[in-house]
Amino acid sequence: MDLILQQIPQQLVNGITIGGVYALIALGYTMVYGILFMLNFAHGEVYMIGGFTGWWVLHLLTRSQGPLVGGFVIIVLMIIGAMALTGLLGVAIERFAYRPLRNAPRMNLLLSALGVSIVLQNLVLRFQGAKIRFFHTSALIPEGIRTFEIGGTIISFMRLLVIVVSLVLMFVLTWFVKKTKMGKAMRATAQDAEAATFMGIDTNRIIMLTFLIGSALGGAAGTLVGLLFTQVDYYIGYAAGLKGFTAAVLGGIGSIPGAMLGGFILGLVESLGITFISSAYKDVIAFVILILVLIIRPRGILGEKEPEKV
Amino acid sequence: MPNNTILQLKNVDVHYGKIQALAEIQISINEAELVCLLGGNASGKSTTLKTILGVVRPSAGSIEFLGDRIDRLPTKKIVEKGVSIVPENRRIFPKLTVLENLELGAYLRNDTQKIAEDMDRIFDLFPRIKERRQQYGATLSGGEQQMLAMGRALMSRPKLLLMDEPSMGLAPILVESSFEIIQRVNQEGVTIFVVEQNANMALSIADRGYVLQLGRIVLHDEAQNLLNNEMMKKAYLGTG
Repeated sequence: MDLILQQIPQQLVNGITIGGVYALIALGYTMVYGILFMLNFAHGEVYMIGGFTGWWVLHLLTRSQGPLVGGFVIIVLMIIGAMALTGLLGVAIERFAYRPLRNAPRMNLLLSALGVSIVLQNLVLRFQGAKIRFFHTSALIPEGIRTFEIGGTIISFMRLLVIVVSLVLMFVLTWFVKKTKMGKAMRATAQDAEAATFMGIDTNRIIMLTFLIGSALGGAAGTLVGLLFTQVDYYIGYAAGLKGFTAAVLGGIGSIPGAMLGGFILGLVESLGITFISSAYKDVIAFVILILVLIIRPRGILGEKEPEKV
Repeated sequence: MPNNTILQLKNVDVHYGKIQALAEIQISINEAELVCLLGGNASGKSTTLKTILGVVRPSAGSIEFLGDRIDRLPTKKIVEKGVSIVPENRRIFPKLTVLENLELGAYLRNDTQKIAEDMDRIFDLFPRIKERRQQYGATLSGGEQQMLAMGRALMSRPKLLLMDEPSMGLAPILVESSFEIIQRVNQEGVTIFVVEQNANMALSIADRGYVLQLGRIVLHDEAQNLLNNEMMKKAYLGTG
């Protein structure tokens, strides 16, 4: 038992790290749901493509003798590159796969989202192949700061990076949504789209912006996980998408703080479950939580409205 | 008093699928006027306002605002030109604060200084709203929501203010005070087109009125004359 208790601080750090990633993915689901009342099941693939984009940036800036520019510069470029590409991808998905179905029954939108998911997955399979791509991150970080020790708990640089970047992104998002004019227009559109048009708000642009931001956060998560676990393949979007979706439902789908909270709770519960039960049950724990939430409190922790049945 | 036409509907027809909602609607509103559109349930009152705002498209006829055709413009452009609405049931953003609701009323404006001045003016007009400016819209009472909806609509500095059933769902005493405010805003120079079931109340403050029945204008006159019209007394005023 002592041995297990000693692991707890370590597992808390792990939980917060992976929780930050889940939260970033969950934000994409929750923002789109909040404004269009649809589950964007292509979001997991957006995350996967974010991972590949990060991999390509790293690959192109690395030579056999080492990185072309400083390691930190590469990391920043990886994240920015992934966010830019996936942001635009999200806007394109909305424009071509969802907007034509705006007035169609919800089920059609859901099917279109699943279709986009399959298309994206197969495009990546076609052009990148099925093999795992490895992130050669070892040369990015100077020897001395690859790990830190805080009170007996070892935190790797990459874990710290994931925690810091995900918190910064969430902070910026919260500020944007709460304080800026665009953010207020976004909340207004989510609450009453027609009344928002009466204010002169171009709701189509707000929906585009929602996809841009939500997808960019998913893309950032993809690259962060690549840096942390050093690999990406065409199939990672499926599991990550389900986890992000679970986190969004847990926190209350449609609620931005809910998605953040849900992400961290899911990450922590998973990590502690690994410690106390077994790592083999990691995914079981996540989906048991999903099922329990759906039974006991369908609106989630911070959610207001009951999600529509689809 | 200037007699410039600000809004003109010419022979406007509206169809919902195969059902005709409005037929040959002719309405014209002059600058600084207060005009009301009366009618019972499903007579086409709300449809008329939605058509002016571009939410519903006419199948025939034209709408001109300040001399320009607006019947093919998106709602955003129409709002940009200076049309604003207090919608049916207020439609306050429930999870935005009172202040944020007002800020969004000025969404298309960038003159920060003047926006702040207008905000103060609205707080003078509705002191209740000022007290509650940090509260969520959803926490306001019906009367307060009506004030907020009106304040929000005025924040765009509209040239034409549309009002959809301002009396709906309000206690009689609030109906009266809210019509007083409508009158006051009109006296400050805002042209107002108000759609109402409460014909007595609307005609008591309006300059002119139109009466809508089954999607057609059946009467149009000065407000005073309508109050004395026999058919009006029987059908709408309850004084016949």
